[in-house]
Amino acid sequence: MLHDPKHSGHEKLVYMANQIAKFMESKPHDEGVAGLAAHINDFWEPRMRRHLFEVLDAGGQGLRPLVLDAAQKIKRPAQTA
Amino acid sequence: MKDFILPDRDFGTPASRAKTMVSLTIDGFDVTVPEGTSIMRAAAEIGIQVPKLCATDSLDAFGSCRLCLVEIEGRPGTPASCTTPVAPGLKVHTQTGRLEQLRKGVMELYISDHPLDCLTCAANGDCELQDMAGAVGLRDVRYEAVETHFRARDSSGQANPQWLPKDDSNPYFTYDPAKCIVCSRCVRACEEVQGTFALTIEGRGFDSRVSAGMGSDNFLSSECVSCGACVQACPTATLQEKSVIELGTPKREVITTCAYCGVGCSFKAELRGDELVRMTPYKHGRANRGHSCVKGRFAWGYANHQDRILEPMIRDSIDEPWRVVSWAEAMDHAASRMKRIIDTHGRHAVGVITSSRCTNEETYLVQKLARAVFRNNNTDTCARVCHSPTGYGLGQTFGTSAGTQDFDSVEYTDVAVIIGANPAAAHPVFASRLKKRLRQGAKLIVIDPRRTEMVDGPHIKADHHLALTPGTNVAVVSAMAHVIVTEGLFNEDFIRNRCDWDEFQDYAEFISQPHHSPEAVQILTGVPAQELRAAARTYARGGNGAIYYGLGVTEHSQGSTTVIGIANLAMLTGNIGRPGVGVNPLRGQNNVQGSCDMGSFPHELPGYRHVKNDAVREVFQKVWGVEIDSEPGLRIPNMLDAAVEGTFKGIYIQGEDILQSDPDTKHVAAGLAAMDCVIVHDLFLNETANYAHVFLPGSTFLEKDGTFTNAERRINRVRKVMAPKTGYADWEVTQMLANAMLGKTGGAGWTYTHPSQIMDEIALTTPSFAGVNYALLEEKGSVQWPCNEAAPEGTPLMHVDGFVRGKGRFINTEYVATDERTGPRFPLLLTTGRILSQYNVGAQTRRTENVVWHDEDVLEIHPHDAEVRGIRDGQLVRLASRSGETTLRAALTDRVNPGVVYTTFHHPETQANVITTDYSDWATNCPEYKVTAVQVSPSNGPTEWQEEYNAFAARSRRIAAAE
Repeated sequence: MLHDPKHSGHEKLVYMANQIAKFMESKPHDEGVAGLAAHINDFWEPRMRRHLFEVLDAGGQGLRPLVLDAAQKIKRPAQTA
Repeated sequence: MKDFILPDRDFGTPASRAKTMVSLTIDGFDVTVPEGTSIMRAAAEIGIQVPKLCATDSLDAFGSCRLCLVEIEGRPGTPASCTTPVAPGLKVHTQTGRLEQLRKGVMELYISDHPLDCLTCAANGDCELQDMAGAVGLRDVRYEAVETHFRARDSSGQANPQWLPKDDSNPYFTYDPAKCIVCSRCVRACEEVQGTFALTIEGRGFDSRVSAGMGSDNFLSSECVSCGACVQACPTATLQEKSVIELGTPKREVITTCAYCGVGCSFKAELRGDELVRMTPYKHGRANRGHSCVKGRFAWGYANHQDRILEPMIRDSIDEPWRVVSWAEAMDHAASRMKRIIDTHGRHAVGVITSSRCTNEETYLVQKLARAVFRNNNTDTCARVCHSPTGYGLGQTFGTSAGTQDFDSVEYTDVAVIIGANPAAAHPVFASRLKKRLRQGAKLIVIDPRRTEMVDGPHIKADHHLALTPGTNVAVVSAMAHVIVTEGLFNEDFIRNRCDWDEFQDYAEFISQPHHSPEAVQILTGVPAQELRAAARTYARGGNGAIYYGLGVTEHSQGSTTVIGIANLAMLTGNIGRPGVGVNPLRGQNNVQGSCDMGSFPHELPGYRHVKNDAVREVFQKVWGVEIDSEPGLRIPNMLDAAVEGTFKGIYIQGEDILQSDPDTKHVAAGLAAMDCVIVHDLFLNETANYAHVFLPGSTFLEKDGTFTNAERRINRVRKVMAPKTGYADWEVTQMLANAMLGKTGGAGWTYTHPSQIMDEIALTTPSFAGVNYALLEEKGSVQWPCNEAAPEGTPLMHVDGFVRGKGRFINTEYVATDERTGPRFPLLLTTGRILSQYNVGAQTRRTENVVWHDEDVLEIHPHDAEVRGIRDGQLVRLASRSGETTLRAALTDRVNPGVVYTTFHHPETQANVITTDYSDWATNCPEYKVTAVQVSPSNGPTEWQEEYNAFAARSRRIAAAE
């Protein structure tokens, strides 16, 4: 599984974002949206967020609805390091 | 080098805790002591030492040696001062003609059955029997003993059946029955202090003998755990360290802190010159109160092990042999490579990993290297793989990740809850203190898939053992909360005063839903609903409830959620803010707490303050003179992902062996192999070093000054006992690397000349450490942070008047099953843990004689699961998961339930982490070590991976011969 290229890169980030979403889904929706965005802003290094936006910008396939709802609140990293 | 020693006087009996004071006179001097104090101790308080043999203040009075007799006016006879409590107005005489006569007589009898080989005895100069013979003025022995215990043959040459040979089966100490005076101190220490009950007095009268285990046992084969408490208690050479027998009695003592687990025991390093003779537990150490375990007391031989590398080494690529070079060349090589990476790939392409085995000062410098020299926040630490969920969970609910209590608190606990931890193996000195409280009647709830030593041990038994299926912690903890809320067992006053009442009501509604009930989750967790209800009631209503938890909580996909659930339980029941209660994460390594405090995490600066916070960055920018990145950096698993992706190229790893300790070994190896510059700074060529380009030799805790912070937030001094064998302490090496980099990139060099200056910088920048400095630590011995203007002497208990965040916050904890599931191919669940004699990846303990207890990792499997697979006890088996496979020996046991298998990760030959997957905690990426779906089958030998890896490791460790 782990060296399966499918699981690495974007898929791994989608998986991680969905894990956070599952926790935040037990909160009221708005709180969950804010919580998810804040969590990713606080703990995800810009290159991880950049990859997440690549997924979001391509339609967000595989992401749970809460991640999509939170996308506006997730900080888009600067394009260059 | 300062030898810091408090007077280590023995008061004979333990201190009384009574509040009522009693006044009496002893030898004409007035003395006032707490009620319940013995006359012996009262005398010792005013400097009068009553002669004694069987009494020592770590043990309850026993009254067997009859040497400590005193006379009391108005009372008949000559009572033993150790067992006679003080009473108001007593007039006691400790030295009269009658007493002198009696004591001499007693000593004469002792000495008549003791070999008079004092000059060649290992305890010469350190023997209480010798001291007492002197103290009572014994000048001759009138008895001609016909029978003795010490003559191998009687005068006619016949073998003496009373003589027993020395037992030297334990690698660290000997038992010489010929020198035993049967004072029972060892037996009592084993019971009262350690709680193992391995020793007993066998026989009666003249036949009385100290005996380990059953009649046929020696010390090694008995239940003895080699904690050293008996050796410490023995007044003669009967139980004696082998190192003292070999080297002689030590002459110099330095107080320092153990470098093994998170208990952080204080020790006296006892030396001759710069040769360490023994480590003995320091009685004034507030974490251990004079107790120790086999690791701290005895397993320090790795410091001199032949495998230690003492000179720096470099190589261009990992298929070349190592080349020994000067420090200057190594630094230049490392800095040039890192500089080249930064120039080519940008400043975010490099990072550091700090170590929980290094001091606070060293850790602080390594994260500073990332933030101020590399100019990014790519710093992480091994707490990522152990207690990062604690940081998140307790931070969210209480406002700080800190454990709430000190270890002394356990003495006031009525109900202890242990979740996912086995302190008897991993935090042995705390386990002993807990067991002592359990023997006094406190109740115990254990939540663990395995029947650990804590569940059923000598004179302790868990009232409830919830043997849950691995991965269902959240369901169990939430079900306990469900019971507490729906049965109205919560502490409404506490919640109204201390927590956010509206949030509580939302939470109560959430947790009351029927799907959280014990009956509903029973099918998932395997825990009988009635048992869970009973446990919840006991915790809620049993008095002071204290939760102690370990990595069985954190190392899961929902690790952070379980920590939040634990915090919820403590808030619901009001078990916060006083002695005997609290939420206590048991930290794995000695300085996990400290390495987290010191800003090792990529998102926060020292003192747990997020890098996005302008005001906090400003504090450090001022002191460091550089701008700090406001974006969080990469965590260890993210670094490895970025390395595989090609955007992360260089790393400096201090004192960690991520290849062995981190999950999914193959992924770690792929990440390391993809980097252009891996700098490993360690005592040994560890597994990670197989992928390194620069090796910087490290110094042991004996070779440097600094501080460790234990699981109770206690900042303890580590003192330099001997000069570093490599020439430099680790903080100096990091400073050299920083200055080599700064020499190439421009920037003011670092100029620390002593770790105390680093601590001063920590205090200057970090409010919770504001009051900490080396002078204070000399004065107080240790302090618990926060230590600042508001708490000048530190903070033993947290959240006493209010939570750090203000109001305690209840957070919903929905159970989400891990995606790691059993199925037809992998039908068993593997969980991992530790064993007493080994520590973490074993780099230290494998290089000591501790291997006599555990020389390989074994797989615990239930006899039922073994039988259906045709596996016999001791047989080599193949253990396979989706990630990889390895082989090890099977041990059949019903400690684990059917469906669950268990192993340890101490030996690189096994590489248990080849099996573990890359699933991780949703909040922190802490890996899910504790749940892996596996299959077990008989095997003929090592797997292909093991053979390939061993060949690679051997190749990779080659060192080119000097030219």
